[in-house]
Amino acid sequence: MEVYLLHLFNSLSLGSILLMIGLGLAITFGLMGVINMAHGEFIMVGAYSTYVVQKTFMDYLPKSWFDSYFIVSLPIAFVMAALFGYLLERVLIRHLYNRPLDSLLATWGVGLMLQQLARTIFGAPNVAVTSPAWLDGGLTVMEGLVMPYKRLFIIAMVIITLTSMWYYIYRSAAGRRMRAVMQNRNMASCMGISTRRVDAMTFAIGSGVAGLAGSALTLIGPIGPSIGTYYIVDSFMVVVLGGVGKLIGTIFGAFGIGFANTVFEAWSTASIGKVLVFLCIVAFLQWRPTGFVKMRSRSLDS
Amino acid sequence: MNKLWKRIAIGVSALALVFAAGCSSETGVSGDTVKVGILHSLSGTMAISEVSVKDSEMMAIDEINAAGGVLGKKIEPVVEDGASDWPTFTEKAKKLISQDKVATVFGCWTSSSRKAVLPVFESLKGLLWYPVQYEGLESSPNIFYTGATTNQQIIPAVDFLLEKKLTKFYLLGSDYVFPRTANKIIKEQLKNAGATTVAEEYIPLGNTDFNTIIAKIKETKPDVVFNTLNGDSNVAFFKQLKDAGIGPDTLKTMSVSVAEEEVRGIGPAYLTGHYVSWNYYQTTDTPENTKFVAAYKAKYGAERVTSDPVEAGYDAVYLWKAAVEKAGSFEVDKVREAAKGIEFKAPEGTVKIDGDNQHIYKKVRIGEIQADGMIKEVWSTPDVVKPDPYLKSYSWAASLSSN
Repeated sequence: MEVYLLHLFNSLSLGSILLMIGLGLAITFGLMGVINMAHGEFIMVGAYSTYVVQKTFMDYLPKSWFDSYFIVSLPIAFVMAALFGYLLERVLIRHLYNRPLDSLLATWGVGLMLQQLARTIFGAPNVAVTSPAWLDGGLTVMEGLVMPYKRLFIIAMVIITLTSMWYYIYRSAAGRRMRAVMQNRNMASCMGISTRRVDAMTFAIGSGVAGLAGSALTLIGPIGPSIGTYYIVDSFMVVVLGGVGKLIGTIFGAFGIGFANTVFEAWSTASIGKVLVFLCIVAFLQWRPTGFVKMRSRSLDS
Repeated sequence: MNKLWKRIAIGVSALALVFAAGCSSETGVSGDTVKVGILHSLSGTMAISEVSVKDSEMMAIDEINAAGGVLGKKIEPVVEDGASDWPTFTEKAKKLISQDKVATVFGCWTSSSRKAVLPVFESLKGLLWYPVQYEGLESSPNIFYTGATTNQQIIPAVDFLLEKKLTKFYLLGSDYVFPRTANKIIKEQLKNAGATTVAEEYIPLGNTDFNTIIAKIKETKPDVVFNTLNGDSNVAFFKQLKDAGIGPDTLKTMSVSVAEEEVRGIGPAYLTGHYVSWNYYQTTDTPENTKFVAAYKAKYGAERVTSDPVEAGYDAVYLWKAAVEKAGSFEVDKVREAAKGIEFKAPEGTVKIDGDNQHIYKKVRIGEIQADGMIKEVWSTPDVVKPDPYLKSYSWAASLSSN
């Protein structure tokens, strides 16, 4: 019994991590249609921001404050990654809208540059982030079923991020402008919306969310120059499977993969599990090429 | 405009030709310098490990040059970036040997990169010094192996665990050649000793979620996890293991790819009390090591740490120097012949080149990771261990060396 519950919790946890890394891409790729191969590097930017904040706390601030560094690092990771995203949009991507293949190659190159930049600044080896003490340990539900606080924290973080994104996109004026531009650029522009500014802001927000993900990932994974490459495939998988253009689809995609991956891995091995997950995704996309949730919009008819 | 570009292009290629022609005169020995190649990944995923080895090799070269060089010639390193990409390694190895005419090359980390350059070194008659522990079952006349082979790292580690009465092994590794070969050997060894393998799991390289694996470890209740994970997966594994409430007091792990450098990147808090197996630690107590660690830190920064491969890379340069001096020549064949039985007082203690398989005699040390990130030696072989890449001296390994 507790084994099944453990697997269920593990699926939820993996799903939440996948969702965290996929959410940013759901905006930049899902809504804007930019194939951003540097998405993984924005995750890296977030992770290194967390590292820098931690180091600052360690070196310059009283010891008793240390445990709060992680809370401080979250907004900083967001802002740093958003800044990088904003720059990338203004300098490069702006010229490459409607040229998906060019933007794929260009952002791939930018990704490599960012990796090498991290290597130059922080050195090639991984850096360590010590997680705050209040996230150590776990909640023991019953014998053999421990829910690590870090995992619970990431699940909570995903829920909060998701809610704020939903609110921003569907309930705020800025979000309305953003949807207008994504649906019909010319019309929105005629109505007096500065599409350029909206593009840049949207891309920055998507990148910022990737930075948040990077910050969260420092709790459970490595922090090094090449971590982006580990997450980029997964994040695209989540967005494509969920259905490009819909937030709700991304949620389905993430938890679907999380569940399938955990079950297959428990039942076979990690490598075979991964293969089976990919097979399922391919089969599913054959059946429903648009993913879980279909985007209904006139702008996609063309 | 177009014409101008054409002219520039012609000019550049002409220059390149002249340059290439200039380089291809005789060997890398010219005037009072001798060229050697350094071939490591300075970018890409493997840079995380290889940059430090490059640093220690450069340090050895600088030290030798400061002391007057080799055979009166200063060493001039030609550094190439393998970029964590095996075809690039092949290409750069070719370039180093045929174009730069280097006297020898120090380089590679992964077995895949070594296997990629092996045919180049054999066909072009080059010489490679390979500084990392590996899975054995290889012995090329054109390669010297200064890291441990399996009987100098893995087999003693298993012996040590068996001695501690830990008999149920969980084998966990990354999914590629080194862990798979290592586990094949461990399984035979355990069978022979009457111990059990409760499970054998491989994780795709770079995988960072270990929830399910940890659930499986809890289910199978092993005495020890023998960890051959490589690179970043280790970080995720140890962080998540601790979060799941499993520490070294309840379950020991023995790692063969986690050294001081990796400990620093994972965070010692996650690793304290776990075992590792190597031939050298930064804490190894020899006068040579005190000097080596001080020099390394002085050159590259106080926060840097030395580790087994870093030391093996440093040794390689000195062993090559000793062989060249004994041979009185930089020619590969003569150096190889002279290298047999050569000894060097290395930071890890005196090491010696085995003439037959070109590996080196090394002491094996089991260490326990400390809270400060250093590794404390808790057990070692009484003397240096003869390298045996094909495990011919182990009767239970007969089925392994045949393939």
